Amino acid sequence: MSDHGHDEPQTYGMLAEFDDTDKLVSAIQKARADGYTKMDAYTPYPVSPVIDALGFPKSEMGPIMFIGGLIGAACGFLMQYWTQAVDYPLNIAGRPLISWPAFIPVTFEMTILTASLSGLFGMIALCGLPLYHHPLFNSKTFERASVDRFFLCIEADDPKFDKTGTMAYMSSLGPISIEEVPV
Amino acid sequence: MATASYIKDPNDTDELLGCIPNLGAITEKIGDVVLDGDKTPKQWFLWMGIAFVTCLAFLYSVTVLLYYGVGVWGINIPVAWGFAIINFVWWIGIGHAGTLISAILLLLHQRWRTSINRFAEAMTLFAVMCAGLFPLLHMGRPWFFYWLYPIPNVAQMWPQFRSPLVWDVFAVTTYFTVSLVFWYVGLIPDLATLRDRSKNKIQKIAYGIFALGWRGSAIHWRRYEKVYLMLAGLSTPLVLSVHTVVSFDFAVALVPLWHATIFPPFFVAGAIFSGFAGVVVLAIPMRNWYGMKHLITRKHLDNCAKVMLATGMLVSYGYFCEVWMAWYSHATYETQTTYQRLFGPYGWSYWCLIFCNFIAPQVLWSKRIRYNDLALFIVSIIVLIGMWFERYVIVITLTREYLPSMWGRYAPTMWDWMLYIGTLGVFTFLFLLFLRFLPMISITEMRESLPKKGGGQDGHSIMENAP
Repeated sequence: MSDHGHDEPQTYGMLAEFDDTDKLVSAIQKARADGYTKMDAYTPYPVSPVIDALGFPKSEMGPIMFIGGLIGAACGFLMQYWTQAVDYPLNIAGRPLISWPAFIPVTFEMTILTASLSGLFGMIALCGLPLYHHPLFNSKTFERASVDRFFLCIEADDPKFDKTGTMAYMSSLGPISIEEVPV
Repeated sequence: MATASYIKDPNDTDELLGCIPNLGAITEKIGDVVLDGDKTPKQWFLWMGIAFVTCLAFLYSVTVLLYYGVGVWGINIPVAWGFAIINFVWWIGIGHAGTLISAILLLLHQRWRTSINRFAEAMTLFAVMCAGLFPLLHMGRPWFFYWLYPIPNVAQMWPQFRSPLVWDVFAVTTYFTVSLVFWYVGLIPDLATLRDRSKNKIQKIAYGIFALGWRGSAIHWRRYEKVYLMLAGLSTPLVLSVHTVVSFDFAVALVPLWHATIFPPFFVAGAIFSGFAGVVVLAIPMRNWYGMKHLITRKHLDNCAKVMLATGMLVSYGYFCEVWMAWYSHATYETQTTYQRLFGPYGWSYWCLIFCNFIAPQVLWSKRIRYNDLALFIVSIIVLIGMWFERYVIVITLTREYLPSMWGRYAPTMWDWMLYIGTLGVFTFLFLLFLRFLPMISITEMRESLPKKGGGQDGHSIMENAP
């Protein structure tokens, strides 16, 4: 990240601390209305007005888990079909080899298993986790993001971002504290 | 207000959430049990000691079993599974309440699940571990367990996928894996909280690793809620399927009284019945020892007791149906086996079961009983014993099926008992470790239960309707 080539320390973004979700929501709405685009909020539990205010789309997890489940169902059924009817057919009094009703329980279990695992790993991957370190963890106050404070971070790669201007702007949003987060 | 007269302890409440002011307080209350070793109650050490000794008995009985083989057990022909399948079904049934609470009650928008889902899910995991041990050890050569899976091997053979026993392997492994995933997804934000509040380096590193670097970002929450809701949706049919498949182990066999279509729903109801009894047995000591009466309130115990009463009646209906069907079918063997079940050499166990599962839970109609810790605890223990007897009665049917030349007797040996009691110790040991090292109540979800002025959402959980 040396493309700026300046002496001054790199900034991840400007972090504002709120003690109330309503204040955070109105801060987000105002910042977005005023043209800021690169921002994220950090809350100790999921708060839907905050997520909606940030304009995040519907989660992509549904299709991921659905496709994962379909793959599991297909593999589960084909595994049974192939082992019981193709690779090692056992002729027991002429009963059908492709006894599909008997294959349903395992197919079903495989569907649930793969759908769940694709949900877990899909979420972790999309969130970019596991993550060894994140610039926000440089901030001491940010420790309360997992306890009882609500944070808004306007990131440095926002086109409108400039240190002094953004800091002054954010203090107008009514936070408890504002902090510059180094990279 | 009439209910208040049953509550004697001032810390107790029949609201869903007692007096807790704000987000910080709730985090501290639940989190500090884990982070601050001094908060561990004395009873924890006492029970840890008991559990440790019982674990040693478990290890001893397993060692003897592996050295001499399954001949040390009381199993024989006709009762080829004996204690192994009784205990397997008993344990896995107990586990089902955890999934019911965490998944089905979430889908049904039952807010009272929030304070009890975490430890109920832990109960599920540990109960399934104990359950899985029994079929594994019954194999005689458990190190060949992988033959149950379709892994290419030198014998060039595959598992028989038309057998309920193979379905069972898939059902139980899937159940364990999905329960673990569900539990872990729920834990991630709590682990992040513990990481941020850790009091020393070891805690920071340990919780930090498992928190995966979670930072509570809004877009992450959006995915998180969706995954959580979807996992609940997937676990719901899963838990029903698992016990259905367990019942197929019996119902697909041509044994009189086993070969019945009532078995799957009857087994599922029984599983929930014993599972809720398990939850109550764990919740009552926990809320007392850890001073959690304002989080796991009277309301929760009351609801659990009501579910027990309802499922107990379902199970009793199952008992009635079995007898009625035997009479109505006019099938000689059904009728005769029923007669043997009720009045044969093991008839006492049937009447034990009727007492424990049908008569004893009737006291739960009384609010006074449901609001009394000791009485509720005793009823739950009776239910757990009764549900053990239910599986005993089913398995012992094998001693009196079809022709008298097939009849036999069954008696467990000391090693059967030691292994069974040993798994109780293993369960207690694991559960106590869980209480010590992980938050026993979901901190994240409790935050949403707080009133709006305390920083919460008045109990509105968006996981219930995640977009």
